[in-house]
Amino acid sequence: MPDNEVTVTMKARSQNEAFARIAAAAFVSAADPVLSDVTDIKTAVSEAVTNAIIHGYASDPARDVRMTMRMDGGDIYIEVSDDGAGIEDVALARQPLYTSRPELERSGMGFTVMEAFMDSVEVESSPGGGTRVIMRKRLSG
Amino acid sequence: MRMRVDEGRRCLIVALSGEIDHHAQRETGAEIDHAFGRKRCRNIVFDFAGVSFMDSSGVGLVIGRYRRAREVGGSIAAVNLNPSMGRIFEISGLKKLMPVYGDVDSALSRM
Ligand SMILES: Nc1ncnc2c1ncn2[C@@H]1O[C@H](COP(=O)(O)OP(=O)(O)OP(=O)(O)O)[C@@H](O)[C@H]1O
Ligand SMILES: [Mg+2]
Repeated sequence: MPDNEVTVTMKARSQNEAFARIAAAAFVSAADPVLSDVTDIKTAVSEAVTNAIIHGYASDPARDVRMTMRMDGGDIYIEVSDDGAGIEDVALARQPLYTSRPELERSGMGFTVMEAFMDSVEVESSPGGGTRVIMRKRLSG
Repeated sequence: MRMRVDEGRRCLIVALSGEIDHHAQRETGAEIDHAFGRKRCRNIVFDFAGVSFMDSSGVGLVIGRYRRAREVGGSIAAVNLNPSMGRIFEISGLKKLMPVYGDVDSALSRM
């Protein structure tokens, strides 16, 4: 497929978790991906967007979550960013089972799922300075 | 989502459906807890056959219910996981907390 880029801005509402997944699936569909790649990408997107909503913005629906999707050769890049709370210790946050919100029945598996389902995951964050998650996946076939 | 009770085994059978994400998690958890308490169940079988999508919110959902079952000395099981859900169960350690079976009858026969 030709290289392409799309950016979506959505309010920090939980309904937009499904919207983000559908947008990502629609974006990659032009590359005729295998179903398992689409599922992997939707799952990783869902994790990153949910984190921006819950942790970045404490579910304040006035705030904006951005998602940029880019196709480059056979690689898809997805960047999810917020201007919210940020993360004090990124290495700790990425540990499996680490969550700062156990009372919300979070399991602390979001970053671990992103890492398992994508080829690479980069996290840039600072307290008060928001969070940017950049994920890459090489499409099969 | 549909729920039914196997009275003999005091087991709530939860046929989950649709997309299990953070948006769906709270309401789904509350509905299950309500039925679990009202029907005086001890055990839960989660049937994922009707689930089209699940992310780590599904892990939080299942662990939350696992705790309730444990409080009354019961246990939980899962059936009909697709490969993506199976992977999430694997990496999150859920497979160590609960057995996974091919179908509801196999799960019930071991409860
Ligand atoms: N966008 C973000 N802004 C602020 N903090 C974040 C953000 N994303 C993640 N975090 C922090 O990193 C921790 C780990 O995130 P992760 O997604 O792995 O787990 P979780 O969201 O707590 O639980 P789960 O994803 O399993 O529901 C979070 O608990 C939170 O403290
Ligand atoms: Mg998360």
